[in-house]
Amino acid sequence: MKDGYYSIEQVFRIKAWDFASAGEASSQIKKILKQLGIDPALTRRVTIAAYEAEMNLIIHSVGGEMRLKVTPQSIIVTAEDRGPGIPDIALAMQEGYSTAPEIARELGFGAGMGLPNIKRCADRLNIQSSVGKGTLLEMYFDIKAG
Amino acid sequence: MKEYYHSVTLRKDKCRGCTNCIKRCPTEAIRVRDGKARIIAERCIDCGECIRVCPYHAKVAVTDPLSSIERFRYRIALPAPTLYGQFKDMVDPNAILIALKKIGFDYVYEVARGADYVTAFVKEALKDPQRKRPFISSACPAIVRLIQVRFPELIDNIVDVDSPMEIAAQLARMEFCEKCGVKPEDVGVFFITPCAAKMTSIRNPVGRKKSSVDGAISIQEIYGPLYNQLSKLKDEEVVQIASPFGVGWANSGGACASLGIDSYLAVDGIQNVIRVLEEIEDEKLTDLEYFEGLACPGGCVGGPLTVENGFVAKNRIRKLAEKARGKPVPEDALQAVAPKIQWRFSEKILPKPVMKLDDDIVEAMKKMETIKRIYETLPGLDCGSCGSPSCRTLAEDIVRGYASEMDCIFKLREKVKQLAQEMIVLSEKIPGGRKETERQE
Repeated sequence: MKDGYYSIEQVFRIKAWDFASAGEASSQIKKILKQLGIDPALTRRVTIAAYEAEMNLIIHSVGGEMRLKVTPQSIIVTAEDRGPGIPDIALAMQEGYSTAPEIARELGFGAGMGLPNIKRCADRLNIQSSVGKGTLLEMYFDIKAG
Repeated sequence: MKEYYHSVTLRKDKCRGCTNCIKRCPTEAIRVRDGKARIIAERCIDCGECIRVCPYHAKVAVTDPLSSIERFRYRIALPAPTLYGQFKDMVDPNAILIALKKIGFDYVYEVARGADYVTAFVKEALKDPQRKRPFISSACPAIVRLIQVRFPELIDNIVDVDSPMEIAAQLARMEFCEKCGVKPEDVGVFFITPCAAKMTSIRNPVGRKKSSVDGAISIQEIYGPLYNQLSKLKDEEVVQIASPFGVGWANSGGACASLGIDSYLAVDGIQNVIRVLEEIEDEKLTDLEYFEGLACPGGCVGGPLTVENGFVAKNRIRKLAEKARGKPVPEDALQAVAPKIQWRFSEKILPKPVMKLDDDIVEAMKKMETIKRIYETLPGLDCGSCGSPSCRTLAEDIVRGYASEMDCIFKLREKVKQLAQEMIVLSEKIPGGRKETERQE
């Protein structure tokens, strides 16, 4: 199955505190998936997870990039930043836990649902972080045949 | 033919091939080719944006002429509540209904009354906690079609109660036939419409097999004859029975107000509706119970087939609604009527994924890569001179095989420049050859 190896990639740069562009990467991702004819329910899950990851980069990181990779079998969205890193991942995964600063909360963000929401939407999740260096979040979604 | 019937069509002789309509179309359904606009039938949702924006009136909605009612022995008029706001001096809606009877209709039934029934049915549906939230109103046919094309994931959120027009048509026919003892097939039911998409939904309905309405006459067509009658009216019978809520459906927010719920959102103007549907799709509006999206600015009062300025008409409707004579539909009346009519969608609303590049995902991915590559070479001005609404869509059209790179005037200029340079190079070679021939002589 030679087509199985075909893939496309798109990279989006995300700046810290850039609320004016917030959501642009995830809405681009949604548009791409719709054009590729991905199942609407799956497109929705990917978009929601991508949006949360994008907001995390904007609110919590010093900046980074998001990457969309699509193969005929799967969709992989990664969010990678250059810091500051998450000290306690298990704690960050808990619903309602948030380290968002006041200014982000005033904008309606930082309810502590970002990572839990991502976990709910993604089929698999990989998160690595080291304080002072940065965080890598990989979200995997399976495309079911049919 | 049936699948792609559209009310919105082009009058080729009037089209100048400008870029106004291609830029405004919410589903990117129009291209200019060979100097004339062309509507891509699969994509068009009959919203009428192009009718509103065309400076040359080249975009029109095909509706039925008033004379078409003559093919029926008995005729019923179903005026949209928007009609009430079209006349100056705050004409009483009752007088407008009487005027309809003077110009050839045997019976009138207010679509606003149909809206009262829809309200009661939707209130029942809202009680079911199993249903997907937010409910999306099914009243605007352009928005229902927009969801099919651009938001297939939201199809299950559309309330499965049919439109006020369809419900009014059934009730009107039933009432009239019972009262006068005539056969239903001898009766023609005509919607008086501010809306192009309604015409389409009569010919090619979504959610039901066949419309109960036989034709649609535009407000613009009927305005003159009605206006003439209005001045001649004396004291007449009272036929206006819709409630203030039902009349209020002509305005954006009218349906929400009649439901009496807290958590609703009413948005008008198709681009605004798209923005909110994106948010609903991304689950950003989780506490929302009911969404009313209307394609036209201000609601149906801003419809492309109206006569009066939509904002003026909206204000008039607000004041006229207060004086409407009827009351909301009581519970027992609703229960009595429900089994006799088809008020719920009988057919499943299907997605129309016309935006996707290919049925095969690998092919779609390859096309997307090519689009990206072509797009990067285009100027990015979105000028529309090529006939596609943006550089991005031109790249898509090239890959889909509907356009070529030379449709871009900047690419063409580059090419001409390149050719001109090649010609200079060539022309410089000529003297050498000439000398050679001279020498031979």
